[in-house]
Amino acid sequence: MDAKPVVELSGLEVCFGPRTILKDLRGSFSGRAIGLLGPNGAGKSTLINTLMGFYPPAKGTARVFGYDIRTQIRQVRRLIGYMPENECFIAGMSAVEFVRFMAELAGLPPEAALERAHEALFYVGLGEARYRKLEEYSLGMKQLAKLAQAIAHGPKLLFLDEPTNGLDPPARQRMIRLIRDVRERGNLHLILCSHLLRDVEECCEEVLILKEGRIVQYSNLEEERRANRRFLDLELEGDREAFAAALKKLGCECALSSRQRLKAVLAEGVEVRDLYRAAAERGARIRRLTHKRDSLEDIFLKAMGNGNGSL
Amino acid sequence: MAVYKRTYQPYQGALTPAWSRFLVIARQAYRRVFDSRFLLFYFVLCFLWPAICAVLIYLRHNAGAIAMFKIDVARLIPIDGMFFFRFLGWQGSMAFLLTAFIGPGLISSDLRNNALPLYLCRPFSRTEYVLGKMSVLAILLSAITWAPGLLLFAFEAYLEGGGWFSQNLYLARGIVLGSWVWIVTLCLLALALSAWVKWKLVAGALLFGVFFALAGFGAAINEVLHTDSGNLINLAELVRTIWVSQFGLPSRSSLAPESAWMALAGICVLCVLLLDRKVRAFEVVKS
Repeated sequence: MDAKPVVELSGLEVCFGPRTILKDLRGSFSGRAIGLLGPNGAGKSTLINTLMGFYPPAKGTARVFGYDIRTQIRQVRRLIGYMPENECFIAGMSAVEFVRFMAELAGLPPEAALERAHEALFYVGLGEARYRKLEEYSLGMKQLAKLAQAIAHGPKLLFLDEPTNGLDPPARQRMIRLIRDVRERGNLHLILCSHLLRDVEECCEEVLILKEGRIVQYSNLEEERRANRRFLDLELEGDREAFAAALKKLGCECALSSRQRLKAVLAEGVEVRDLYRAAAERGARIRRLTHKRDSLEDIFLKAMGNGNGSL
Repeated sequence: MAVYKRTYQPYQGALTPAWSRFLVIARQAYRRVFDSRFLLFYFVLCFLWPAICAVLIYLRHNAGAIAMFKIDVARLIPIDGMFFFRFLGWQGSMAFLLTAFIGPGLISSDLRNNALPLYLCRPFSRTEYVLGKMSVLAILLSAITWAPGLLLFAFEAYLEGGGWFSQNLYLARGIVLGSWVWIVTLCLLALALSAWVKWKLVAGALLFGVFFALAGFGAAINEVLHTDSGNLINLAELVRTIWVSQFGLPSRSSLAPESAWMALAGICVLCVLLLDRKVRAFEVVKS
């Protein structure tokens, strides 16, 4: 089943009354951890909610692990775990009762659900507080309890909607570590929806950027990083031209930019130490060397500038 | 391995049958209902009248007891349609109060705490959610209405012997059908009001309002317009009309049983529509 794409969108459109929120979304996404990015109102949460069957598509459809959300939503829901953005809990329950209840609703027998509830709560770090009422939890603890209920039944796809919302920096770090750990250990895929670029950058391998209900960018962050690894930005002193000629001799592409700067793309087999050697031989000095790479912020800003709505 | 030492692993075990999962809601709700001593006491109190009825039935058939207590048999209540109608009337009132205690908090607390997405992101439909919440009330109300009613019927049939059972089978039908009409109406009304207003107290007050204010309003319509159509919004009158027809008793109301059935069906449809509108993972603002 995992050979099938995690999510496949086939002309998906979602309307709320006269407003079209998601517009003709198409694509096939198979990444282990997919980040959903976009400004407020771009349709990130609507896309997640549609994939879970909360909103009916007006046109087109989507498939999750090959199951159509229009006709096989029960099968889709069997495979997913969901951590909502808002504060959600069942009143009057302790954390362990809450997670157990949620696991039982997902189909686990009562004994297994109880065992998994304890396990999940220890895993997210609420082991000692698991018998306390959810109403007494701090915001950070509630976020962790929501994560516990999302993973307790062992889903194959985890939807995380703004998981670090309202967390202080240490709590955010902890949540990010947990998400990465779940991703590594659990043989599951995750779709993380956030407006925080850093969260997505730290947890996801692929990123899907939405703008005004359309997909404007789908990038593999790892590939982007790899592709940019050989781009260098150098600040030089001394004979720049001679140094540039030496680099070209080594097979590197280079261009002199401002007065003291030079941009270069390293050829295969050429290492940074070769540049220092060439500089020393040509009487030039490298004052600064930086690997130029597109950060997620660059990708995001580029995507936001791409107004035509095409992928 | 100890639970606290384990890390995250996918679940590989067996799953419960999908049809039975709505009962998880009922089981969880009962744990909380019976945590309350007051509700537990009230629930036990609901069996007082059935116990008294059982004693009355026993006395009617026990010559020794009649002689010992010097009871005039003619003054003992006959076990007939009126007996079961009164039984159902009393138990129906107890059922109404039980619904008023439990019903208003069933959906409102989930809506107030945004819990619906948590239910509905699982292989669990909105219908199953409503069924689960309904079953909380339906099982409790069944335990105090038709279940003891049928036991009393069986007890009387056993003591009376002869052809009493076959001759009075319509009474058993009346007990079951009459109880279920009341149970379904109460459940749907309580759930619809609970979904409509997010506050338990307000939903509880509304439930009383629907019964008593509508009855008053119906009576006012009858007085002012010199008609009986005001009875169509008097829920107690509607249900009484159906019970009277089921137990074969002479009707005091000018309302036809068919009209009562139609009016109750209309009210139930309204409740279902309200539930359909309110029980959603997220409310969509269509502007």
